[in-house]
Amino acid sequence: MARLQADVLIIGGGATGAATAWDAALRGFDVVLVDRADLAEGTSGRFHGLLHSGGRYVVKDRVAAEECVAENAIVRRILPDAVEDTGGLFVTTPDDDPAYGDRFMEGCRAAGLPAEEIPVAEALRMEPRLNPGIQRAFTVPDGAIDVWKSVWSLAAGAAAHGARILTYHKVLDLHVGDGGVTGARVRNELTGEELDIEAGFTLNASGAWAAQIVHMAGIEGIGVIPGKGIMIAMNHRLVNTVVNRCTMPADGDILVPIRTVSAIGTTDIRAADPDEIPVTQQEVDQMLDGGERLVPGLRQARALRVWAGVRPLFQDDRSGPAAADTRDVSRGHAVVDHAERDGVRRLLTMSGGKLTTMRLMAQDLVDAMCRQLGDERPCRTEHERPPGHEDGRHMQIGDRLRRREATLRDEQLICECELIGRSRLEQTMQTRGTLNLDDVRRQLRLGMGPCQGGFCIYRATGILHGVERLDGEEASASLTSFLQERWKGVWPILYGDQLRQARLDDWIFQGLLDVEHLPEAAAVVPDEELSAS
Amino acid sequence: MTAHDHHDVLGTLMRDSLDHCVKCTICETFCPVSNVTPLFPGPKYVGPQAERFRVPADESPDDSLDYCSGCGICTQVCPQGVHIAEINTQARAKLRERTGFKLRDRIIARPDLTGRLGTPAAGLANRTLRSRPLRLVAERVLGIDHRAAVPSFAGRTFQAWAKGRTSPPAQRRVAYFHGCGANWYEPDSGQRTVELLEWLGCQVDVPRGQSCCGLPLQSNGMFGAARKYVRRMARALAPAARQGIDLVGTSTSCTLMLKREAREILGMDEDPDLRVVSDNMYDICEYLVMLHERGELRTDFRPLPLTVTYHAPCQQQGHGVGKPALDLMALVPGLRVIENDATCCGIAGTYGLKREKFDIAMDVGKGLFAQIGDARPDLAVCDSETCRWHIEQATGVKTVHPVEVLHRAAGLS
Ligand SMILES: Cc1cc2nc3c(=O)[nH]c(=O)nc-3n(C[C@H](O)[C@H](O)[C@H](O)COP(=O)(O)OP(=O)(O)OC[C@H]3O[C@@H](n4cnc5c(N)ncnc54)[C@H](O)[C@@H]3O)c2cc1C
Ligand code: SF4
Ligand code: SF4
Repeated sequence: MARLQADVLIIGGGATGAATAWDAALRGFDVVLVDRADLAEGTSGRFHGLLHSGGRYVVKDRVAAEECVAENAIVRRILPDAVEDTGGLFVTTPDDDPAYGDRFMEGCRAAGLPAEEIPVAEALRMEPRLNPGIQRAFTVPDGAIDVWKSVWSLAAGAAAHGARILTYHKVLDLHVGDGGVTGARVRNELTGEELDIEAGFTLNASGAWAAQIVHMAGIEGIGVIPGKGIMIAMNHRLVNTVVNRCTMPADGDILVPIRTVSAIGTTDIRAADPDEIPVTQQEVDQMLDGGERLVPGLRQARALRVWAGVRPLFQDDRSGPAAADTRDVSRGHAVVDHAERDGVRRLLTMSGGKLTTMRLMAQDLVDAMCRQLGDERPCRTEHERPPGHEDGRHMQIGDRLRRREATLRDEQLICECELIGRSRLEQTMQTRGTLNLDDVRRQLRLGMGPCQGGFCIYRATGILHGVERLDGEEASASLTSFLQERWKGVWPILYGDQLRQARLDDWIFQGLLDVEHLPEAAAVVPDEELSAS
Repeated sequence: MTAHDHHDVLGTLMRDSLDHCVKCTICETFCPVSNVTPLFPGPKYVGPQAERFRVPADESPDDSLDYCSGCGICTQVCPQGVHIAEINTQARAKLRERTGFKLRDRIIARPDLTGRLGTPAAGLANRTLRSRPLRLVAERVLGIDHRAAVPSFAGRTFQAWAKGRTSPPAQRRVAYFHGCGANWYEPDSGQRTVELLEWLGCQVDVPRGQSCCGLPLQSNGMFGAARKYVRRMARALAPAARQGIDLVGTSTSCTLMLKREAREILGMDEDPDLRVVSDNMYDICEYLVMLHERGELRTDFRPLPLTVTYHAPCQQQGHGVGKPALDLMALVPGLRVIENDATCCGIAGTYGLKREKFDIAMDVGKGLFAQIGDARPDLAVCDSETCRWHIEQATGVKTVHPVEVLHRAAGLS
């Protein structure tokens, strides 16, 4: 079996894992990061897109609010190109108690959050689609954050400092010995090969899967209950400012303009399995109702796709000062020290948290590791920028359109909705060396626009075939798996414009290309599902 | 009134129509401009696609949008109801905020002003406009292509003529919306319109205070000034409309402007004058066919043994009333009408005047010009004045409004 050695093994390539790799690599540790899938394919790739100002937590959870206030400013500084400075509004809808606004402002003051009450008329001028019945409005420094850009830059930064980032490497088992964890056995999910990683320390950043990992070290009594949240992306930006309902956190109460879409979310429903999170019609309706309350007419607008992510709700049998207190960690974060809790050294687990606070979580995790190792090295992530963010400019939604102007006449446009040209696509396929269109999708937003891949995926498949020299069968498999994945996101919201689009796409793929009968390809769109919805 | 009432609901509806796009590409196959130049990425691209990347706070990122001529064909052909051309026009106004307005655009967007200045010195002004060296200077300094057709100043105004006469009383009253074209450049055509309407049994009012409807300002992205012009024009026409008098215009793009575009594109849906004006506004051919359908049109036209071609300009097609000019000309005995099936002549208002766009405009019109040339007609017929000037310049065939043909058939000339 192949072997690998490192100071630190990080399990999980989501926001937390990537930020941890960046932090540890900057402190001079030799890092290996593994994820069973692509980077940000877990909860991070399925989140809502909001760089929290902290406003959501000021009344209920002061600590979380203060963390957000600080981290919001830091993330803007260190990952500027992943952040759009949209600003945010908290509004009191006709269904809400205007008095909550006073508690909200009080909380903002206490948390150091620069919020300001503005006249309703001004809020409506800022966002003309807002519910005209709102009674109060407050501005906050919310932003939108692109998770793929963030995670990829942090991983690239870590790699530039020597870290090895192994995607599609699943942890099968932890090695335990000498009173602690000594590494892990992992399997390359693409080739099936197994690999032994010897590590001086192991950091468990596997989010909703964290309990599965600690069980591998024989640790009992920790469970993670996945809390499902669904979000619906609307076809274009109905608002350009993040709009929050000014009330105790509830379902469907935030509308986030992120890139070309606006996403309404979210819910919190207990699920049995973090890998099995179906979306129901009732949840979709609940979200659309929530959106309608903030922006009347949202139901008439085009819904593009729906997706779900899972919040890990930690459950710890052993309470006590040594263990993480799970009552309040659903939104805040805590480092679980298995040396103290279980007598298992060299293993720490990160529980809870938010994408907004990923940097702080990483710092806490690596600080705790340093303490256990007795090797204190100062954290540098507060000021250091990973590659790609040098100029300090925030991303703007028009950037792709602006870039496209330069190559308008020479370059073929492959994904028309998200404006991805041929060279960018080929380049990404080359540098990623991936055989999977879904990986390309996550990095470039290929096929994520209105037609949901209807017009670009057959083109991209042909190009991937050329670039990677996939044979016909592999190319077909890549195409059909992409279509299946997209279909999952579309069918729960098939009405109106998106239904019309689905019919057209269906004619293209079934009628014209007969994808169901490609060699070795599975069925794409079961007919019953179409007629059922 | 809450702040929300000020919000431009119809304008938002135009923009929201981007949601209906299914990427079918039908608009692209019809767009006359993207078919002749690689400089313009086409309606699907600049409309529903690019619009998702535009936000008020960010400056307009795509200059190529400016090659859209605003002909409106894309909106007409889109099977899903995307208001592509309207989205483009709104985005172009935004683009102008960044690039600023060229002096040229300020000039050509105000035909009333040039008319007012040129008319008293028409002889000199026209010699200037026809002088090749001076046109070359204008091209260099202003960017108005020296080959482009520009109208002549008539040296007198239609309003002056109208002021001196009263229309004989009749049961049917119409108010003539002549706009700036007939007033400053083609007063003869305005007179003939009045004479024809009177022959057809209408008493014709000519409301005072008409200048320009603001369309050239709108298509050059100067929304603020355009709104002022629309308001002034609507104020001039509204009293007649409120009395129940039908408003009839001969400039098909200007009637469309007051009927629909100002409301949809300039966000003036709430203007009470404009509302009543737009509800009572007819393009003249549309109006006469309506009378004919009711059996109320006098049809004792005399034979006209002529061959004419007819081109329905894009803006006329924007009315969505078919091609009423063809129905009217079919009433004239002996007249042979050859219908052109080209979509656009290329000029699109002031588009083809511009140095950087003149060649595109000529390429767009090629098909139409060839059809007209092949037909060897006595006259070419077209409802829009800028198109007529452009077609006449390109083909050498005298090009007239349908009213002109009917005027002859009525024995009035
Ligand atoms: C619905 C929803 C909306 C949210 N919205 C926001 C928001 O708007 N703003 C915000 O700040 N936060 C938001 N959050 C919180 C935020 O998304 C998460 O806190 C963050 O993404 C967690 O990142 P992570 O890296 O800890 O977990 P993950 O991203 O889940 O990463 C864990 C990784 O571990 C990997 N893994 C699992 N098992 C193994 C194994 N055996 N071997 C190797 N790898 C393994 C997985 O593949 C996965 O990539 C939201 C959360 C949810 C659920
Ligand atoms: S014709 Fe309409 S639906 Fe088709 S691509 Fe053009 S805008 Fe989209
Ligand atoms: S308005 Fe005319 S030129 Fe502009 S995109 Fe539409 S069809 Fe093309």
